Amino acid sequence: MVTNVTSFGRSGLSDWLVQRVSAVFLLLYVLFLVYVFISKPDMQFQEWQALFANNAVRIFSLIALLSLCAHAWIGMWTIATDYLTTRMLGATANKIRFIFELLCLIALFVYLVWGVQILWSI
Amino acid sequence: MLVSVYRYNPEKDLKPYMQDVEVELPEGKDLMVLDVLQLVKDEDDSVSYRRSCREGVCGSDGINMNGKNGLACITPVSTIIKNNKLVLRPLPGLPVVRDLVVDMGAFYKQYEKIKPYLQNDEPAPAIERLQSPEDRAKLDGLYECILCACCTTSCPSFWWNPDKFVGPAGLLQAYRFLADSRDTYTDERLADLEDPFSVFRCRGIMNCVAVCPKGLNPTKAIGHIRSMLMERAT
Repeated sequence: MVTNVTSFGRSGLSDWLVQRVSAVFLLLYVLFLVYVFISKPDMQFQEWQALFANNAVRIFSLIALLSLCAHAWIGMWTIATDYLTTRMLGATANKIRFIFELLCLIALFVYLVWGVQILWSI
Repeated sequence: MLVSVYRYNPEKDLKPYMQDVEVELPEGKDLMVLDVLQLVKDEDDSVSYRRSCREGVCGSDGINMNGKNGLACITPVSTIIKNNKLVLRPLPGLPVVRDLVVDMGAFYKQYEKIKPYLQNDEPAPAIERLQSPEDRAKLDGLYECILCACCTTSCPSFWWNPDKFVGPAGLLQAYRFLADSRDTYTDERLADLEDPFSVFRCRGIMNCVAVCPKGLNPTKAIGHIRSMLMERAT
Protein backbone atom coordinates (compact mmCIF):
# COMPACT_ATOMS: atom_id res chain seq x y z
CA MET A 1 0.00 0.00 0.00
CA VAL A 2 1.48 3.31 -1.12
CA THR A 3 -0.11 6.22 0.69
CA ASN A 4 -0.57 9.72 -0.71
CA VAL A 5 -2.57 12.56 0.84
CA THR A 6 -2.71 14.83 -2.21
CA SER A 7 -4.69 12.55 -4.53
CA PHE A 8 -8.37 13.36 -5.21
CA GLY A 9 -10.02 10.60 -3.15
CA ARG A 10 -6.96 9.22 -1.25
CA SER A 11 -7.69 5.96 -3.07
CA GLY A 12 -6.60 4.81 -6.51
CA LEU A 13 -9.92 3.07 -7.01
CA SER A 14 -12.04 6.14 -6.27
CA ASP A 15 -9.81 8.39 -8.43
CA TRP A 16 -10.06 5.87 -11.25
CA LEU A 17 -13.85 5.69 -10.93
CA VAL A 18 -14.22 9.49 -10.85
CA GLN A 19 -11.92 9.75 -13.88
CA ARG A 20 -14.02 7.26 -15.87
CA VAL A 21 -17.44 8.61 -14.86
CA SER A 22 -16.43 12.25 -15.44
CA ALA A 23 -15.10 11.25 -18.88
CA VAL A 24 -18.52 9.83 -19.78
CA PHE A 25 -20.28 13.03 -18.68
CA LEU A 26 -17.82 15.13 -20.68
CA LEU A 27 -18.39 12.96 -23.75
CA LEU A 28 -22.17 13.33 -23.41
CA TYR A 29 -21.82 17.10 -23.05
CA VAL A 30 -19.59 17.37 -26.12
CA LEU A 31 -22.04 15.24 -28.13
CA PHE A 32 -24.86 17.52 -26.95
CA LEU A 33 -22.98 20.65 -28.08
CA VAL A 34 -22.08 19.08 -31.43
CA TYR A 35 -25.74 18.14 -31.91
CA VAL A 36 -26.78 21.74 -31.17
CA PHE A 37 -24.26 23.14 -33.66
CA ILE A 38 -25.21 20.67 -36.40
CA SER A 39 -28.97 20.94 -35.95
CA LYS A 40 -28.94 24.76 -36.02
CA PRO A 41 -26.10 25.86 -38.31
CA ASP A 42 -27.37 29.48 -38.54
CA MET A 43 -28.05 29.98 -34.82
CA GLN A 44 -28.25 33.55 -33.60
CA PHE A 45 -27.41 35.03 -30.17
CA GLN A 46 -31.03 34.98 -28.99
CA GLU A 47 -31.38 31.22 -29.52
CA TRP A 48 -27.98 30.54 -27.96
CA GLN A 49 -28.95 32.56 -24.89
CA ALA A 50 -32.36 30.89 -24.62
CA LEU A 51 -30.70 27.49 -24.75
CA PHE A 52 -28.37 28.25 -21.83
CA ALA A 53 -31.08 30.03 -19.87
CA ASN A 54 -32.93 26.71 -19.78
CA ASN A 55 -32.50 25.19 -16.31
CA ALA A 56 -31.90 21.66 -17.60
CA VAL A 57 -29.06 22.88 -19.83
CA ARG A 58 -27.68 24.87 -16.91
CA ILE A 59 -27.61 21.81 -14.67
CA PHE A 60 -26.14 19.68 -17.48
CA SER A 61 -23.45 22.35 -18.01
CA LEU A 62 -22.71 22.40 -14.28
CA ILE A 63 -22.32 18.61 -14.24
CA ALA A 64 -19.91 18.94 -17.18
CA LEU A 65 -18.00 21.72 -15.40
CA LEU A 66 -17.68 19.71 -12.18
CA SER A 67 -16.65 16.66 -14.20
CA LEU A 68 -14.03 18.73 -16.01
CA CYS A 69 -12.57 20.04 -12.74
CA ALA A 70 -12.40 16.58 -11.11
CA HIS A 71 -11.04 15.00 -14.30
CA ALA A 72 -8.42 17.73 -14.72
CA TRP A 73 -7.33 17.53 -11.08
CA ILE A 74 -6.80 13.76 -11.20
CA GLY A 75 -4.99 14.10 -14.52
CA MET A 76 -2.71 16.94 -13.38
CA TRP A 77 -2.00 15.15 -10.11
CA THR A 78 -1.00 12.05 -12.06
CA ILE A 79 1.27 14.06 -14.37
CA ALA A 80 2.86 15.81 -11.37
CA THR A 81 3.52 12.52 -9.55
CA ASP A 82 4.99 11.03 -12.75
CA TYR A 83 7.36 13.83 -13.73
CA LEU A 84 7.87 16.13 -10.72
CA THR A 85 9.53 13.57 -8.48
CA THR A 86 12.78 13.37 -6.54
CA ARG A 87 13.91 10.83 -9.14
CA MET A 88 13.58 13.44 -11.90
CA LEU A 89 14.31 16.72 -10.13
CA GLY A 90 16.29 15.91 -7.02
CA ALA A 91 15.68 16.81 -3.41
CA THR A 92 13.48 19.89 -3.97
CA ALA A 93 11.00 17.97 -6.12
CA ASN A 94 8.44 17.45 -3.35
CA LYS A 95 8.19 21.20 -2.74
CA ILE A 96 8.01 21.94 -6.47
CA ARG A 97 5.29 19.34 -6.92
CA PHE A 98 3.27 20.64 -3.99
CA ILE A 99 3.39 24.19 -5.36
CA PHE A 100 2.47 22.93 -8.84
CA GLU A 101 -0.49 20.98 -7.41
CA LEU A 102 -1.60 24.00 -5.40
CA LEU A 103 -1.50 26.21 -8.51
CA CYS A 104 -3.56 23.63 -10.44
CA LEU A 105 -6.06 23.46 -7.60
CA ILE A 106 -6.41 27.25 -7.38
CA ALA A 107 -6.81 27.55 -11.17
CA LEU A 108 -9.49 24.83 -11.21
CA PHE A 109 -11.33 26.42 -8.26
CA VAL A 110 -11.31 29.81 -10.03
CA TYR A 111 -12.65 28.21 -13.23
CA LEU A 112 -15.36 26.44 -11.26
CA VAL A 113 -16.62 29.53 -9.41
CA TRP A 114 -16.31 31.67 -12.52
CA GLY A 115 -18.12 29.03 -14.60
CA VAL A 116 -21.01 28.82 -12.12
CA GLN A 117 -21.23 32.61 -12.15
CA ILE A 118 -21.40 32.66 -15.97
CA LEU A 119 -23.99 29.85 -16.13
CA TRP A 120 -26.33 31.53 -13.63
CA SER A 121 -25.98 35.02 -15.06
CA ILE A 122 -27.44 34.14 -18.46
CA MET B 1 25.80 -7.38 -40.18
CA LEU B 2 26.60 -4.43 -37.95
CA VAL B 3 25.91 -5.01 -34.27
CA SER B 4 25.91 -1.97 -32.02
CA VAL B 5 26.25 -2.95 -28.35
CA TYR B 6 25.72 -0.76 -25.30
CA ARG B 7 28.93 -0.79 -23.27
CA TYR B 8 29.43 0.45 -19.74
CA ASN B 9 31.91 -0.68 -17.15
CA PRO B 10 31.50 1.59 -14.11
CA GLU B 11 35.03 0.74 -12.96
CA LYS B 12 36.58 2.03 -16.20
CA ASP B 13 34.12 4.16 -18.17
CA LEU B 14 32.99 7.64 -17.20
CA LYS B 15 29.79 7.15 -19.17
CA PRO B 16 28.14 4.52 -21.37
CA TYR B 17 28.92 4.31 -25.10
CA MET B 18 27.86 2.20 -28.10
CA GLN B 19 30.43 -0.19 -29.56
CA ASP B 20 30.03 -1.24 -33.21
CA VAL B 21 31.05 -4.77 -34.08
CA GLU B 22 30.90 -6.27 -37.59
CA VAL B 23 29.63 -9.85 -37.40
CA GLU B 24 29.64 -12.48 -40.17
CA LEU B 25 26.35 -14.40 -40.15
CA PRO B 26 26.46 -17.97 -41.49
CA GLU B 27 24.69 -18.39 -44.86
CA GLY B 28 21.20 -19.89 -44.92
CA LYS B 29 20.71 -19.79 -41.17
CA ASP B 30 18.53 -17.51 -39.06
CA LEU B 31 20.43 -17.06 -35.81
CA MET B 32 18.88 -16.04 -32.52
CA VAL B 33 20.08 -12.74 -31.05
CA LEU B 34 21.82 -14.67 -28.25
CA ASP B 35 23.92 -16.49 -30.88
CA VAL B 36 24.85 -13.10 -32.37
CA LEU B 37 25.89 -11.93 -28.89
CA GLN B 38 28.16 -14.98 -28.67
CA LEU B 39 29.72 -13.98 -32.03
CA VAL B 40 30.24 -10.47 -30.62
CA LYS B 41 31.85 -11.97 -27.54
CA ASP B 42 34.19 -13.96 -29.81
CA GLU B 43 35.36 -10.60 -31.19
CA ASP B 44 35.57 -8.85 -27.81
CA ASP B 45 35.34 -11.08 -24.76
CA SER B 46 34.81 -8.17 -22.35
CA VAL B 47 31.14 -7.86 -23.41
CA SER B 48 28.90 -8.89 -20.48
CA TYR B 49 25.37 -10.27 -20.58
CA ARG B 50 23.27 -12.75 -18.63
CA ARG B 51 22.23 -16.07 -20.12
CA SER B 52 21.41 -19.51 -18.88
CA CYS B 53 18.97 -21.94 -20.48
CA ARG B 54 19.12 -20.45 -24.02
CA GLU B 55 15.57 -21.66 -24.76
CA GLY B 56 13.25 -19.03 -23.29
CA VAL B 57 12.59 -20.72 -19.97
CA CYS B 58 14.92 -19.10 -17.44
CA GLY B 59 14.31 -15.44 -18.34
CA SER B 60 17.93 -14.37 -17.84
CA ASP B 61 18.66 -12.78 -21.21
CA GLY B 62 15.96 -10.12 -21.39
CA ILE B 63 17.49 -7.22 -23.35
CA ASN B 64 16.40 -4.38 -25.61
CA MET B 65 16.88 -5.34 -29.28
CA ASN B 66 16.40 -2.63 -31.92
CA GLY B 67 14.20 -0.76 -29.46
CA LYS B 68 12.03 -3.68 -28.34
CA ASN B 69 12.43 -5.73 -25.18
CA GLY B 70 12.59 -9.49 -25.50
CA LEU B 71 14.53 -12.65 -24.75
CA ALA B 72 17.68 -12.77 -26.89
CA CYS B 73 17.63 -16.58 -27.00
CA ILE B 74 14.22 -16.94 -28.69
CA THR B 75 14.26 -13.82 -30.89
CA PRO B 76 15.33 -14.66 -34.46
CA VAL B 77 17.50 -11.91 -35.96
CA SER B 78 15.30 -11.83 -39.08
CA THR B 79 12.26 -10.66 -37.07
CA ILE B 80 13.87 -7.51 -35.67
CA ILE B 81 16.66 -6.53 -38.06
CA LYS B 82 16.47 -3.02 -39.53
CA ASN B 83 18.82 -1.83 -42.34
CA ASN B 84 21.13 -4.78 -41.66
CA LYS B 85 21.83 -3.32 -38.21
CA LEU B 86 21.18 -4.70 -34.75
CA VAL B 87 21.24 -2.34 -31.75
CA LEU B 88 21.49 -4.12 -28.39
CA ARG B 89 20.85 -2.24 -25.16
CA PRO B 90 20.14 -3.30 -21.56
CA LEU B 91 16.53 -3.37 -20.36
CA PRO B 92 15.46 0.27 -19.89
CA GLY B 93 14.55 1.76 -16.52
CA LEU B 94 16.84 -0.33 -14.32
CA PRO B 95 20.36 0.62 -13.20
CA VAL B 96 23.10 -0.90 -15.37
CA VAL B 97 25.60 -3.11 -13.53
CA ARG B 98 27.74 -3.61 -16.60
CA ASP B 99 27.07 -3.63 -20.38
CA LEU B 100 23.79 -5.54 -20.89
CA VAL B 101 23.50 -6.64 -17.25
CA VAL B 102 20.99 -4.67 -15.16
CA ASP B 103 20.30 -4.56 -11.43
CA MET B 104 16.90 -6.27 -11.08
CA GLY B 105 16.52 -5.23 -7.41
CA ALA B 106 13.67 -2.74 -7.96
CA PHE B 107 11.81 -5.33 -10.07
CA TYR B 108 12.12 -8.08 -7.46
CA LYS B 109 11.13 -5.70 -4.67
CA GLN B 110 7.80 -5.03 -6.39
CA TYR B 111 7.34 -8.76 -6.96
CA GLU B 112 7.96 -9.41 -3.26
CA LYS B 113 5.41 -6.73 -2.35
CA ILE B 114 2.48 -8.64 -3.84
CA LYS B 115 3.28 -11.68 -1.63
CA PRO B 116 3.79 -14.20 -4.45
CA TYR B 117 2.92 -17.31 -2.49
CA LEU B 118 -0.22 -19.16 -1.51
CA GLN B 119 -1.77 -17.91 1.74
CA ASN B 120 -4.46 -20.00 3.38
CA ASP B 121 -5.58 -19.78 7.01
CA GLU B 122 -7.71 -22.94 6.96
CA PRO B 123 -6.25 -26.12 8.54
CA ALA B 124 -4.16 -28.01 6.04
CA PRO B 125 -5.82 -31.22 4.76
CA ALA B 126 -4.08 -34.58 5.24
CA ILE B 127 -2.79 -34.82 1.67
CA GLU B 128 -3.25 -31.68 -0.41
CA ARG B 129 -5.58 -28.77 -1.13
CA LEU B 130 -7.70 -29.90 -4.04
CA GLN B 131 -8.80 -27.68 -6.88
CA SER B 132 -11.44 -28.31 -9.53
CA PRO B 133 -10.25 -28.39 -13.17
CA GLU B 134 -12.33 -25.22 -13.76
CA ASP B 135 -10.60 -23.35 -10.93
CA ARG B 136 -7.23 -24.60 -12.13
CA ALA B 137 -8.02 -23.29 -15.62
CA LYS B 138 -8.33 -19.77 -14.18
CA LEU B 139 -4.57 -19.77 -13.60
CA ASP B 140 -3.75 -20.36 -17.27
CA GLY B 141 -2.09 -17.33 -18.83
CA LEU B 142 -0.89 -16.24 -15.37
CA TYR B 143 1.40 -18.94 -13.93
CA GLU B 144 3.56 -19.13 -17.08
CA CYS B 145 5.40 -15.87 -16.28
CA ILE B 146 9.17 -16.39 -15.99
CA LEU B 147 9.94 -12.97 -14.45
CA CYS B 148 12.27 -11.88 -17.26
CA ALA B 149 11.22 -8.22 -16.65
CA CYS B 150 10.73 -7.48 -20.36
CA CYS B 151 7.19 -6.17 -19.70
CA THR B 152 7.87 -4.16 -16.55
CA THR B 153 10.93 -2.43 -18.04
CA SER B 154 8.96 -1.46 -21.17
CA CYS B 155 6.33 0.30 -19.04
CA PRO B 156 6.70 4.11 -18.70
CA SER B 157 4.68 4.06 -15.46
CA PHE B 158 7.35 1.79 -13.99
CA TRP B 159 10.15 4.03 -15.34
CA TRP B 160 8.64 7.05 -13.55
CA ASN B 161 7.65 5.30 -10.30
CA PRO B 162 9.66 2.06 -9.92
CA ASP B 163 9.38 2.33 -6.13
CA LYS B 164 5.58 2.76 -6.10
CA PHE B 165 4.03 1.10 -9.16
CA VAL B 166 4.08 -2.70 -8.95
CA GLY B 167 4.47 -3.06 -12.71
CA PRO B 168 2.89 -5.52 -15.16
CA ALA B 169 4.89 -8.62 -14.11
CA GLY B 170 4.12 -8.12 -10.42
CA LEU B 171 0.46 -7.40 -11.13
CA LEU B 172 0.10 -10.48 -13.34
CA GLN B 173 1.35 -12.51 -10.36
CA ALA B 174 -0.86 -10.55 -7.96
CA TYR B 175 -3.85 -11.64 -10.04
CA ARG B 176 -2.49 -15.19 -10.25
CA PHE B 177 -2.94 -15.44 -6.44
CA LEU B 178 -6.19 -13.43 -6.36
CA ALA B 179 -7.64 -15.89 -8.88
CA ASP B 180 -6.42 -18.98 -7.04
CA SER B 181 -9.32 -20.83 -5.35
CA ARG B 182 -6.91 -22.17 -2.67
CA ASP B 183 -5.84 -18.69 -1.50
CA THR B 184 -7.99 -17.20 1.28
CA TYR B 185 -6.27 -13.82 1.62
CA THR B 186 -8.07 -12.19 -1.32
CA ASP B 187 -9.40 -9.33 0.78
CA GLU B 188 -6.02 -8.47 2.33
CA ARG B 189 -4.35 -8.68 -1.07
CA LEU B 190 -6.91 -6.31 -2.60
CA ALA B 191 -6.62 -3.87 0.32
CA ASP B 192 -2.88 -3.65 -0.37
CA LEU B 193 -3.49 -2.72 -4.03
CA GLU B 194 -6.18 -0.04 -3.69
CA ASP B 195 -3.86 2.98 -3.40
CA PRO B 196 -3.28 5.42 -6.31
CA PHE B 197 0.05 3.86 -7.34
CA SER B 198 0.30 0.06 -6.99
CA VAL B 199 -2.28 -0.85 -9.67
CA PHE B 200 -3.77 2.43 -10.83
CA ARG B 201 -0.59 3.83 -12.37
CA CYS B 202 -1.36 1.49 -15.24
CA ARG B 203 -2.68 3.69 -18.07
CA GLY B 204 -3.39 0.71 -20.28
CA ILE B 205 -0.87 1.47 -23.03
CA MET B 206 -0.18 -2.27 -23.33
CA ASN B 207 3.58 -2.15 -23.97
CA CYS B 208 3.70 -5.16 -21.64
CA VAL B 209 1.45 -7.20 -23.90
CA ALA B 210 3.43 -6.17 -26.99
CA VAL B 211 6.76 -7.40 -25.61
CA CYS B 212 5.93 -10.45 -23.45
CA PRO B 213 8.04 -13.31 -24.84
CA LYS B 214 5.61 -15.83 -23.39
CA GLY B 215 2.57 -14.19 -25.03
CA LEU B 216 0.92 -13.31 -21.71
CA ASN B 217 -1.47 -10.42 -21.14
CA PRO B 218 -0.73 -8.37 -17.98
CA THR B 219 -3.14 -5.58 -19.05
CA LYS B 220 -6.03 -8.06 -18.96
CA ALA B 221 -4.96 -9.28 -15.50
CA ILE B 222 -4.79 -5.64 -14.30
CA GLY B 223 -8.33 -5.17 -15.65
CA HIS B 224 -9.47 -8.18 -13.60
CA ILE B 225 -7.80 -6.73 -10.47
CA ARG B 226 -9.63 -3.42 -11.06
CA SER B 227 -12.94 -5.30 -11.38
CA MET B 228 -12.25 -7.22 -8.15
CA LEU B 229 -11.40 -3.94 -6.38
CA MET B 230 -14.68 -2.46 -7.64
CA GLU B 231 -16.65 -5.52 -6.52
CA ARG B 232 -15.08 -5.28 -3.08
CA ALA B 233 -15.65 -1.55 -2.64
CA THR B 234 -19.15 -1.04 -4.04
